[in-house]
Amino acid sequence: MSIIEIKNVSKNFNNTNALKNISLTLEPNKIYGLLGRNGAGKTTLLNIITNKLFANSGEILIDGETVVENDNAQVKIFHVAQKNIYTVNMKVKEGIKWTQEFYPNFNKNYAYELAAKFKLHTDKKIKDLSTGYYSIFTLILGLASGASVILFDEPILGLDANNRELFYRELITNYSEQPKTIVISTHLIDEIADVLEEIIIIKKGELVLAQPVDKVMLMGYTVSGDCTNVEKYTLGKNIIREETMGRLKTTTIFENRDRNDKEQIKELDLEITPVKLQDLIISLTNS
Amino acid sequence: MHLNMSGDKPIFLQFAEELEENILKGIFEEETQIPSTTEVAVKFKINPATANRGVNLLVDEDIIYKKRGIGMFVKIGAREKITAKRKNAFYENYILSLVEEAKNLNITQGEIIAMIERCCQNEHNRD
Repeated sequence: MSIIEIKNVSKNFNNTNALKNISLTLEPNKIYGLLGRNGAGKTTLLNIITNKLFANSGEILIDGETVVENDNAQVKIFHVAQKNIYTVNMKVKEGIKWTQEFYPNFNKNYAYELAAKFKLHTDKKIKDLSTGYYSIFTLILGLASGASVILFDEPILGLDANNRELFYRELITNYSEQPKTIVISTHLIDEIADVLEEIIIIKKGELVLAQPVDKVMLMGYTVSGDCTNVEKYTLGKNIIREETMGRLKTTTIFENRDRNDKEQIKELDLEITPVKLQDLIISLTNS
Repeated sequence: MHLNMSGDKPIFLQFAEELEENILKGIFEEETQIPSTTEVAVKFKINPATANRGVNLLVDEDIIYKKRGIGMFVKIGAREKITAKRKNAFYENYILSLVEEAKNLNITQGEIIAMIERCCQNEHNRD
Protein backbone atom coordinates (compact mmCIF):
# COMPACT_ATOMS: atom_id res chain seq x y z
CA MET A 1 0.00 0.00 0.00
CA SER A 2 1.58 3.26 -1.09
CA ILE A 3 0.59 6.87 -1.40
CA ILE A 4 2.05 9.15 -4.04
CA GLU A 5 2.03 12.91 -3.53
CA ILE A 6 2.76 15.12 -6.49
CA LYS A 7 3.47 18.67 -5.35
CA ASN A 8 3.65 21.67 -7.68
CA VAL A 9 5.54 19.78 -10.36
CA SER A 10 6.61 21.71 -13.46
CA LYS A 11 8.71 20.52 -16.37
CA ASN A 12 10.10 22.50 -19.28
CA PHE A 13 11.61 21.16 -22.47
CA ASN A 14 13.57 23.96 -24.12
CA ASN A 15 10.90 26.62 -24.40
CA THR A 16 7.77 24.58 -23.88
CA ASN A 17 6.08 23.95 -20.57
CA ALA A 18 5.35 20.22 -20.66
CA LEU A 19 3.88 20.27 -17.16
CA LYS A 20 2.62 23.32 -15.33
CA ASN A 21 2.44 23.24 -11.58
CA ILE A 22 0.74 19.86 -11.18
CA SER A 23 -0.43 18.92 -7.69
CA LEU A 24 -2.20 15.66 -7.12
CA THR A 25 -2.37 12.76 -4.69
CA LEU A 26 -2.64 9.14 -5.76
CA GLU A 27 -4.34 7.37 -2.91
CA PRO A 28 -3.55 3.76 -2.06
CA ASN A 29 -5.36 0.93 -3.84
CA LYS A 30 -7.38 2.92 -6.31
CA ILE A 31 -7.57 2.59 -10.09
CA TYR A 32 -6.88 5.88 -11.85
CA GLY A 33 -7.36 6.79 -15.48
CA LEU A 34 -4.78 9.31 -16.67
CA LEU A 35 -6.43 10.93 -19.65
CA GLY A 36 -5.55 13.62 -22.12
CA ARG A 37 -4.74 14.22 -25.75
CA ASN A 38 -1.49 13.33 -27.48
CA GLY A 39 1.29 15.48 -26.11
CA ALA A 40 -0.70 16.63 -23.08
CA GLY A 41 2.08 15.58 -20.70
CA LYS A 42 0.86 12.19 -19.44
CA THR A 43 4.04 10.28 -20.26
CA THR A 44 6.20 13.12 -18.95
CA LEU A 45 4.42 12.92 -15.59
CA LEU A 46 4.86 9.13 -15.42
CA ASN A 47 8.53 9.52 -16.36
CA ILE A 48 9.09 12.01 -13.55
CA ILE A 49 7.37 9.73 -11.03
CA THR A 50 9.68 6.90 -12.09
CA ASN A 51 12.86 8.97 -12.04
CA LYS A 52 13.46 8.87 -15.80
CA LEU A 53 13.10 12.64 -16.01
CA PHE A 54 13.69 15.37 -13.46
CA ALA A 55 11.15 18.05 -12.69
CA ASN A 56 12.28 21.66 -12.96
CA SER A 57 10.41 22.46 -9.80
CA GLY A 58 8.19 20.77 -7.29
CA GLU A 59 8.57 17.31 -5.80
CA ILE A 60 7.04 13.85 -5.81
CA LEU A 61 6.90 11.70 -2.70
CA ILE A 62 5.98 8.07 -2.27
CA ASP A 63 5.08 7.19 1.31
CA GLY A 64 6.78 10.41 2.36
CA GLU A 65 10.08 9.77 0.55
CA THR A 66 11.32 11.45 -2.60
CA VAL A 67 11.18 9.41 -5.80
CA VAL A 68 14.36 11.02 -7.14
CA GLU A 69 17.41 8.72 -7.18
CA ASN A 70 15.82 6.58 -4.50
CA ASP A 71 15.85 2.80 -5.07
CA ASN A 72 13.81 2.23 -1.95
CA ALA A 73 11.04 4.33 -3.48
CA GLN A 74 11.35 3.10 -7.06
CA VAL A 75 11.06 -0.55 -6.11
CA LYS A 76 7.46 0.17 -5.05
CA ILE A 77 6.55 1.39 -8.53
CA PHE A 78 6.41 -0.49 -11.81
CA HIS A 79 6.23 1.55 -14.99
CA VAL A 80 4.76 -0.23 -18.00
CA ALA A 81 6.33 2.12 -20.54
CA GLN A 82 6.15 2.37 -24.29
CA LYS A 83 9.89 2.76 -24.80
CA ASN A 84 12.01 -0.37 -25.09
CA ILE A 85 14.59 -0.42 -22.31
CA TYR A 86 15.85 -3.97 -22.87
CA THR A 87 19.23 -4.82 -24.37
CA VAL A 88 19.42 -5.82 -28.01
CA ASN A 89 19.67 -9.58 -27.76
CA MET A 90 17.63 -10.19 -24.65
CA LYS A 91 14.96 -12.88 -24.87
CA VAL A 92 11.52 -12.57 -23.27
CA LYS A 93 12.40 -15.09 -20.56
CA GLU A 94 15.61 -13.18 -19.79
CA GLY A 95 13.56 -9.98 -19.57
CA ILE A 96 11.36 -11.70 -17.02
CA LYS A 97 14.39 -12.88 -15.04
CA TRP A 98 15.98 -9.44 -15.22
CA THR A 99 12.82 -7.77 -13.87
CA GLN A 100 12.75 -10.28 -11.04
CA GLU A 101 16.17 -9.00 -9.93
CA PHE A 102 14.72 -5.55 -9.30
CA TYR A 103 11.36 -6.45 -7.82
CA PRO A 104 11.56 -8.58 -4.68
CA ASN A 105 7.87 -9.51 -4.79
CA PHE A 106 7.93 -10.48 -8.47
CA ASN A 107 5.86 -13.60 -9.14
CA LYS A 108 7.65 -15.59 -11.85
CA ASN A 109 5.07 -18.40 -12.06
CA TYR A 110 2.31 -15.87 -12.55
CA ALA A 111 4.33 -14.15 -15.29
CA TYR A 112 4.69 -17.45 -17.16
CA GLU A 113 1.03 -18.23 -16.61
CA LEU A 114 0.11 -14.89 -18.19
CA ALA A 115 2.57 -15.45 -21.05
CA ALA A 116 0.81 -18.75 -21.80
CA LYS A 117 -2.62 -17.07 -21.69
CA PHE A 118 -1.54 -14.36 -24.11
CA LYS A 119 0.44 -16.89 -26.19
CA LEU A 120 3.64 -14.89 -25.78
CA HIS A 121 6.67 -17.04 -26.75
CA THR A 122 9.21 -16.61 -24.01
CA ASP A 123 12.11 -17.84 -26.21
CA LYS A 124 11.63 -14.97 -28.64
CA LYS A 125 13.97 -12.02 -28.65
CA ILE A 126 12.32 -8.88 -27.29
CA LYS A 127 13.40 -6.81 -30.29
CA ASP A 128 11.61 -9.26 -32.60
CA LEU A 129 8.24 -8.85 -30.90
CA SER A 130 5.46 -7.06 -32.78
CA THR A 131 4.07 -3.80 -31.30
CA GLY A 132 1.17 -5.74 -29.79
CA TYR A 133 3.36 -8.45 -28.30
CA TYR A 134 5.83 -5.93 -26.96
CA SER A 135 2.90 -4.30 -25.12
CA ILE A 136 1.82 -7.72 -23.85
CA PHE A 137 5.35 -8.47 -22.66
CA THR A 138 5.57 -5.26 -20.63
CA LEU A 139 2.07 -5.46 -19.19
CA ILE A 140 2.78 -9.01 -18.01
CA LEU A 141 5.89 -7.73 -16.21
CA GLY A 142 3.75 -5.04 -14.60
CA LEU A 143 1.03 -7.40 -13.45
CA ALA A 144 3.58 -9.87 -12.05
CA SER A 145 5.87 -7.22 -10.53
CA GLY A 146 4.28 -7.31 -7.09
CA ALA A 147 4.81 -3.54 -6.90
CA SER A 148 2.31 -1.55 -4.87
CA VAL A 149 1.92 0.97 -7.67
CA ILE A 150 1.67 0.07 -11.35
CA LEU A 151 1.75 2.82 -13.95
CA PHE A 152 0.47 1.64 -17.33
CA ASP A 153 1.37 3.98 -20.18
CA GLU A 154 -0.87 2.93 -23.06
CA PRO A 155 -0.76 -0.74 -22.12
CA ILE A 156 -3.05 -1.78 -24.94
CA LEU A 157 -1.09 -0.16 -27.76
CA GLY A 158 -1.34 -2.52 -30.74
CA LEU A 159 -3.42 -5.12 -28.90
CA ASP A 160 -6.32 -6.71 -30.77
CA ALA A 161 -9.80 -6.70 -29.21
CA ASN A 162 -9.41 -10.24 -27.80
CA ASN A 163 -6.15 -9.45 -26.07
CA ARG A 164 -7.53 -6.17 -24.72
CA GLU A 165 -10.43 -8.08 -23.16
CA LEU A 166 -7.98 -10.58 -21.69
CA PHE A 167 -5.88 -7.75 -20.27
CA TYR A 168 -8.89 -6.07 -18.62
CA ARG A 169 -9.95 -9.38 -17.06
CA GLU A 170 -6.48 -10.13 -15.75
CA LEU A 171 -6.11 -6.58 -14.46
CA ILE A 172 -9.39 -6.76 -12.50
CA THR A 173 -8.56 -10.20 -11.11
CA ASN A 174 -5.09 -9.06 -10.11
CA TYR A 175 -6.41 -5.90 -8.44
CA SER A 176 -9.21 -7.77 -6.71
CA GLU A 177 -6.90 -10.39 -5.25
CA GLN A 178 -4.04 -8.03 -4.45
CA PRO A 179 -5.23 -4.43 -4.20
CA LYS A 180 -2.71 -1.86 -5.40
CA THR A 181 -2.61 1.60 -6.92
CA ILE A 182 -3.06 1.43 -10.66
CA VAL A 183 -2.70 4.31 -13.09
CA ILE A 184 -3.74 3.69 -16.68
CA SER A 185 -3.05 6.13 -19.44
CA THR A 186 -5.19 5.22 -22.44
CA HIS A 187 -7.13 6.64 -25.36
CA LEU A 188 -9.72 3.86 -25.51
CA ILE A 189 -11.65 5.34 -22.61
CA ASP A 190 -15.03 3.68 -23.03
CA GLU A 191 -13.48 0.24 -22.90
CA ILE A 192 -12.16 0.83 -19.43
CA ALA A 193 -14.48 3.54 -18.07
CA ASP A 194 -16.26 1.24 -15.61
CA VAL A 195 -13.02 -0.18 -14.27
CA LEU A 196 -11.72 3.24 -13.24
CA GLU A 197 -12.47 4.69 -9.85
CA GLU A 198 -10.91 8.11 -10.38
CA ILE A 199 -9.95 10.08 -13.44
CA ILE A 200 -7.22 12.61 -13.95
CA ILE A 201 -7.41 14.84 -16.99
CA ILE A 202 -4.40 16.75 -18.26
CA LYS A 203 -4.60 19.33 -21.01
CA LYS A 204 -1.51 21.06 -22.40
CA GLY A 205 0.49 20.29 -19.27
CA GLU A 206 -2.18 21.52 -16.89
CA LEU A 207 -4.38 19.54 -14.56
CA VAL A 208 -8.00 19.96 -15.67
CA LEU A 209 -9.56 17.75 -13.04
CA ALA A 210 -8.94 14.83 -10.69
CA GLN A 211 -12.22 13.38 -9.44
CA PRO A 212 -14.06 10.11 -8.85
CA VAL A 213 -15.58 8.79 -12.07
CA ASP A 214 -19.15 8.67 -10.75
CA LYS A 215 -18.94 12.32 -9.73
CA VAL A 216 -17.67 13.33 -13.15
CA MET A 217 -20.41 11.31 -14.86
CA LEU A 218 -23.06 13.06 -12.76
CA MET A 219 -21.69 16.46 -13.70
CA GLY A 220 -21.81 15.90 -17.44
CA TYR A 221 -25.13 15.84 -19.29
CA THR A 222 -26.62 17.04 -22.55
CA VAL A 223 -29.70 19.16 -23.05
CA SER A 224 -31.49 19.14 -26.37
CA GLY A 225 -34.54 20.83 -27.77
CA ASP A 226 -35.58 23.99 -29.54
CA CYS A 227 -32.55 26.29 -29.70
CA THR A 228 -34.19 29.26 -27.99
CA ASN A 229 -35.38 27.07 -25.13
CA VAL A 230 -32.03 25.30 -24.80
CA GLU A 231 -30.30 28.68 -24.60
CA LYS A 232 -32.74 29.82 -21.93
CA TYR A 233 -31.87 26.76 -19.86
CA THR A 234 -28.11 26.85 -20.38
CA LEU A 235 -27.74 30.56 -19.62
CA GLY A 236 -25.03 30.97 -16.98
CA LYS A 237 -24.16 27.27 -17.01
CA ASN A 238 -20.78 25.77 -17.84
CA ILE A 239 -21.14 24.77 -21.51
CA ILE A 240 -18.47 22.50 -22.95
CA ARG A 241 -19.97 21.64 -26.32
CA GLU A 242 -22.71 22.94 -28.59
CA GLU A 243 -24.21 21.56 -31.78
CA THR A 244 -27.06 22.99 -33.84
CA MET A 245 -29.11 21.32 -36.55
CA GLY A 246 -31.87 23.52 -37.88
CA ARG A 247 -33.80 24.59 -34.79
CA LEU A 248 -32.57 21.62 -32.78
CA LYS A 249 -29.78 22.41 -30.40
CA THR A 250 -27.76 19.97 -28.31
CA THR A 251 -25.60 21.40 -25.57
CA THR A 252 -23.30 19.54 -23.21
CA ILE A 253 -23.07 21.00 -19.73
CA PHE A 254 -20.40 20.23 -17.18
CA GLU A 255 -21.41 21.20 -13.67
CA ASN A 256 -23.42 19.72 -10.85
CA ARG A 257 -27.02 19.65 -12.00
CA ASP A 258 -29.54 21.42 -9.88
CA ARG A 259 -32.18 18.75 -9.39
CA ASN A 260 -34.86 21.39 -8.91
CA ASP A 261 -34.82 22.14 -12.62
CA LYS A 262 -37.42 19.50 -13.50
CA GLU A 263 -40.25 22.01 -13.86
CA GLN A 264 -38.17 24.24 -16.08
CA ILE A 265 -37.15 21.30 -18.28
CA LYS A 266 -40.76 20.30 -18.70
CA GLU A 267 -41.86 23.82 -19.44
CA LEU A 268 -39.17 24.33 -22.06
CA ASP A 269 -39.78 20.85 -23.47
CA LEU A 270 -36.14 19.81 -23.20
CA GLU A 271 -34.61 16.39 -23.18
CA ILE A 272 -31.81 15.53 -20.76
CA THR A 273 -29.49 12.66 -21.58
CA PRO A 274 -26.33 11.33 -19.94
CA VAL A 275 -22.97 11.64 -21.68
CA LYS A 276 -20.50 8.84 -22.23
CA LEU A 277 -17.20 9.31 -20.43
CA GLN A 278 -15.32 9.26 -23.72
CA ASP A 279 -17.47 12.08 -25.16
CA LEU A 280 -17.09 14.06 -21.99
CA ILE A 281 -13.32 13.76 -22.13
CA ILE A 282 -13.31 14.83 -25.79
CA SER A 283 -15.28 17.94 -24.91
CA LEU A 284 -13.13 18.73 -21.89
CA THR A 285 -9.84 18.36 -23.73
CA ASN A 286 -10.75 20.08 -26.99
CA SER A 287 -8.73 23.20 -27.58
CA MET B 1 -27.38 -10.67 -15.93
CA HIS B 2 -27.16 -7.54 -17.95
CA LEU B 3 -25.84 -4.11 -17.02
CA ASN B 4 -26.50 -1.04 -19.07
CA MET B 5 -23.37 1.07 -19.03
CA SER B 6 -24.79 4.14 -20.73
CA GLY B 7 -24.69 6.09 -17.50
CA ASP B 8 -28.38 6.75 -16.80
CA LYS B 9 -27.98 5.05 -13.46
CA PRO B 10 -24.91 4.35 -11.33
CA ILE B 11 -23.52 0.90 -12.02
CA PHE B 12 -23.52 -0.23 -8.40
CA LEU B 13 -27.26 0.46 -8.26
CA GLN B 14 -27.89 -1.41 -11.50
CA PHE B 15 -25.89 -4.34 -10.21
CA ALA B 16 -27.87 -4.41 -6.96
CA GLU B 17 -31.13 -4.32 -8.93
CA GLU B 18 -29.95 -7.13 -11.20
CA LEU B 19 -29.14 -9.25 -8.17
CA GLU B 20 -32.61 -8.57 -6.78
CA GLU B 21 -34.20 -9.45 -10.10
CA ASN B 22 -32.38 -12.77 -10.17
CA ILE B 23 -33.34 -13.55 -6.59
CA LEU B 24 -36.95 -12.76 -7.44
CA LYS B 25 -36.83 -15.06 -10.46
CA GLY B 26 -35.34 -17.82 -8.35
CA ILE B 27 -32.05 -17.90 -10.26
CA PHE B 28 -30.34 -17.27 -6.95
CA GLU B 29 -32.35 -19.20 -4.38
CA GLU B 30 -32.52 -18.36 -0.72
CA GLU B 31 -29.66 -19.79 1.33
CA THR B 32 -27.55 -20.34 -1.78
CA GLN B 33 -24.28 -18.67 -2.65
CA ILE B 34 -24.09 -15.84 -5.17
CA PRO B 35 -21.02 -15.05 -7.33
CA SER B 36 -18.12 -13.28 -5.63
CA THR B 37 -17.45 -9.61 -6.32
CA THR B 38 -14.27 -10.59 -8.18
CA GLU B 39 -16.21 -12.90 -10.50
CA VAL B 40 -18.80 -10.22 -11.12
CA ALA B 41 -16.20 -7.49 -11.62
CA VAL B 42 -14.31 -9.57 -14.17
CA LYS B 43 -17.46 -10.65 -16.00
CA PHE B 44 -18.87 -7.14 -16.36
CA LYS B 45 -15.53 -5.37 -16.55
CA ILE B 46 -16.30 -3.11 -13.62
CA ASN B 47 -14.24 -1.97 -10.67
CA PRO B 48 -14.43 -4.52 -7.82
CA ALA B 49 -15.17 -1.65 -5.43
CA THR B 50 -18.28 -0.85 -7.51
CA ALA B 51 -19.48 -4.45 -7.32
CA ASN B 52 -18.85 -4.39 -3.60
CA ARG B 53 -20.89 -1.23 -3.18
CA GLY B 54 -23.85 -2.91 -4.89
CA VAL B 55 -23.57 -5.97 -2.67
CA ASN B 56 -23.29 -3.86 0.47
CA LEU B 57 -26.52 -2.13 -0.43
CA LEU B 58 -28.30 -5.49 -0.32
CA VAL B 59 -26.46 -6.51 2.83
CA ASP B 60 -27.79 -3.37 4.52
CA GLU B 61 -31.29 -4.28 3.40
CA ASP B 62 -30.98 -7.78 4.83
CA ILE B 63 -31.31 -9.42 1.43
CA ILE B 64 -27.79 -10.83 1.27
CA TYR B 65 -25.41 -11.84 4.02
CA LYS B 66 -21.70 -12.53 4.07
CA LYS B 67 -20.09 -15.62 5.51
CA ARG B 68 -16.55 -14.79 6.46
CA GLY B 69 -14.04 -16.50 4.21
CA ILE B 70 -16.71 -18.36 2.26
CA GLY B 71 -18.75 -15.86 0.31
CA MET B 72 -22.14 -14.23 0.01
CA PHE B 73 -25.52 -15.88 0.39
CA VAL B 74 -29.15 -15.02 -0.21
CA LYS B 75 -30.97 -14.54 3.07
CA ILE B 76 -34.16 -16.41 3.96
CA GLY B 77 -37.10 -14.10 3.32
CA ALA B 78 -35.19 -12.15 0.68
CA ARG B 79 -37.80 -12.71 -2.03
CA GLU B 80 -40.58 -11.50 0.17
CA LYS B 81 -38.60 -8.38 1.04
CA ILE B 82 -37.86 -7.60 -2.60
CA THR B 83 -41.49 -8.12 -3.59
CA ALA B 84 -42.65 -5.73 -0.88
CA LYS B 85 -40.10 -3.15 -1.97
CA ARG B 86 -41.14 -3.41 -5.61
CA LYS B 87 -44.81 -3.07 -4.73
CA ASN B 88 -44.05 0.15 -2.96
CA ALA B 89 -42.22 1.44 -6.01
CA PHE B 90 -44.93 0.28 -8.45
CA TYR B 91 -46.95 3.47 -8.20
CA GLU B 92 -43.96 5.73 -8.79
CA ASN B 93 -42.31 3.64 -11.48
CA TYR B 94 -45.34 2.67 -13.54
CA ILE B 95 -48.60 4.42 -12.66
CA LEU B 96 -47.24 7.96 -12.65
CA SER B 97 -45.62 7.63 -16.07
CA LEU B 98 -48.66 5.80 -17.42
CA VAL B 99 -51.00 8.59 -16.42
CA GLU B 100 -48.62 11.22 -17.70
CA GLU B 101 -48.30 9.64 -21.15
CA ALA B 102 -52.08 9.12 -21.26
CA LYS B 103 -52.49 12.84 -20.64
CA ASN B 104 -50.13 13.65 -23.53
CA LEU B 105 -52.23 11.48 -25.81
CA ASN B 106 -55.61 12.69 -24.49
CA ILE B 107 -56.54 9.24 -23.26
CA THR B 108 -59.28 9.52 -20.66
CA GLN B 109 -59.34 7.89 -17.26
CA GLY B 110 -62.14 5.60 -18.41
CA GLU B 111 -60.12 4.52 -21.44
CA ILE B 112 -57.07 3.73 -19.27
CA ILE B 113 -59.16 1.57 -16.97
CA ALA B 114 -60.73 -0.20 -19.93
CA MET B 115 -57.31 -0.91 -21.37
CA ILE B 116 -56.04 -2.32 -18.09
CA GLU B 117 -59.09 -4.51 -17.81
CA ARG B 118 -58.62 -5.76 -21.37
CA CYS B 119 -54.97 -6.54 -20.68
CA CYS B 120 -55.80 -8.42 -17.47
CA GLN B 121 -58.52 -10.34 -19.31
CA ASN B 122 -56.07 -11.40 -22.01
CA GLU B 123 -53.59 -12.53 -19.41
CA HIS B 124 -56.34 -14.44 -17.68
CA ASN B 125 -57.43 -16.17 -20.89
CA ARG B 126 -53.87 -17.15 -21.69
CA ASP B 127 -53.49 -18.83 -18.30
